[in-house]
Amino acid sequence: MPHISLSNLRVAYGNQKVLQDITVDIPNNQITVIIGPSGCGKTTLLKTLNRLVDLYDEIRVEGEVRIDGADIYDPKADLLTLRKKVGFLSQKPYPLPMSIHDNITFGPRIHRMNRKKLLDQIRKLEKHIPIDSLCPNGRQEETRASKTHEMAYLVEYYLRLAGLWEEVRERLHAPAAQLSIGQQQRLALARALAVQPEVILADEPTSALDPVSAQLIEKQLKTLKDHYTIVVVTHILRQARRIADYVIFLYLGELVEHGPAEQFFSSPRDERTRAYISGEIS
Amino acid sequence: MIASITMVLAVLAGILVVIVVRGASALNLSMLVQTPQGGYYLGKEGGIANAIVGSLCLAFGATLLSFLLGLPIAFALQKEYIGRRLAQITRLSLDILWGTPSIVYGAFGFIIMVYLGLRASLLGGIIALTLLILPIMIRSIEEIIRMTPLELKEASYAMGATRIETTLKVILRQALPGMVTGVLLAFGRGIGDAASVLFTTGYTDYIPRSLLDPVASLPLAVFFQVATPIPEVQQRAYASALVLLIIVLLISIVSRLLSHRYSRHIVR
Repeated sequence: MPHISLSNLRVAYGNQKVLQDITVDIPNNQITVIIGPSGCGKTTLLKTLNRLVDLYDEIRVEGEVRIDGADIYDPKADLLTLRKKVGFLSQKPYPLPMSIHDNITFGPRIHRMNRKKLLDQIRKLEKHIPIDSLCPNGRQEETRASKTHEMAYLVEYYLRLAGLWEEVRERLHAPAAQLSIGQQQRLALARALAVQPEVILADEPTSALDPVSAQLIEKQLKTLKDHYTIVVVTHILRQARRIADYVIFLYLGELVEHGPAEQFFSSPRDERTRAYISGEIS
Repeated sequence: MIASITMVLAVLAGILVVIVVRGASALNLSMLVQTPQGGYYLGKEGGIANAIVGSLCLAFGATLLSFLLGLPIAFALQKEYIGRRLAQITRLSLDILWGTPSIVYGAFGFIIMVYLGLRASLLGGIIALTLLILPIMIRSIEEIIRMTPLELKEASYAMGATRIETTLKVILRQALPGMVTGVLLAFGRGIGDAASVLFTTGYTDYIPRSLLDPVASLPLAVFFQVATPIPEVQQRAYASALVLLIIVLLISIVSRLLSHRYSRHIVR
């Protein structure tokens, strides 16, 4: 059963309809890419999945978004649990106004993780992705020692998972704002992962980055998809071709077509999809 | 454009030149560390330590009090906490209060003092000054808080942080450098204001020993001295004004340094 399942989702800002009747299942442990021209509701769709749309004035959401079977717009649904389960990467990374280290520990701290919970988390992580597999040159002794310090270990683990560790290991307590924007985006990824989400949402995560950093982010997302359900918004068709396993195509707030990437790009069913892929509309 | 900049700079330079030229000769160490002795206002021995200490006590007291009162109000004005309409009404009221002449606060502060059974005192002055600078404090802090990028708040909320956690752990830290400027603005307004302390603090040649003692202040020191016919005393008025200027300048520099220090963590 898929983690995320949308049925008849309609979203409007005031009187302006942004999304109409979206019904789609998002497959687990794959990268689902939402594509479409600017202003067609991609970001809004993404932000309905962790209810970040709640922050906007006069927004109305109708229909159902089920995550693990529970409707997240049910008045009784627990917003904090939802957001813990669904991580989010924004277009432009905003490091929290604190050190690199504290950016990673922010999530565990607000969720009041004690020593036991942290150790549990480490054990679970190690089962899926052993930390040694994240070290190209094998692990050094000093870091092995840090397993006794849960937080330090978690910080290292997530920074490695986001592919940032080697660049920041010497300056964990420096302000995160000093990192380059590409590094900031990977920090944002590590920070989101530290909350132990099952789903990662990314809103044009590479649009503010240089090509090298963008490539790094794409690579990290591909590595992570075995363990997370990933949803990426992009308006770069080539990026969609590179990373997508599953594609959702939105056009003017309408779900035009969705399907496995191979089929979507090779034999689109809808005329508009064909036009978009061939570059006739954008 | 250039004309208007020139005009602003010329006015500033004019004020500085007049005060420095007239005041510097009368300014000396004894003026800074001594209280007025007998016949001081006729040009004899003494200094304005009473007014310097008094003004610092008044301004620091009022700045602290209005910061403690103003910070929660500034946060409460954000749309996470109250409706847009109520926030707008509050902002409008604060702007009107910001524009209210300080003599009105002096009179109002005086009424409060009478009601509380207080005499002209440091405490009375702090109350009147707090009323005066509270709108400045709230509005300037609030503008800074509102400048927090939505994406930063989203980042915090997206990790499952609550409203309070986001406010205290993220927005507060993001706004800190800007808040220093707001506090300085309020302090500068507070230390330089004469009318609001005119009825509320009294004036004395002594340094206050408790909150209930009357207290001297630099603006009133300038006012009393410049009003005498004796040239030496008039010169001292300019020297007092110079001291006031230097204090504001020092606070300004310190706040810039602090602000710079805190802004290491900020991404705009």
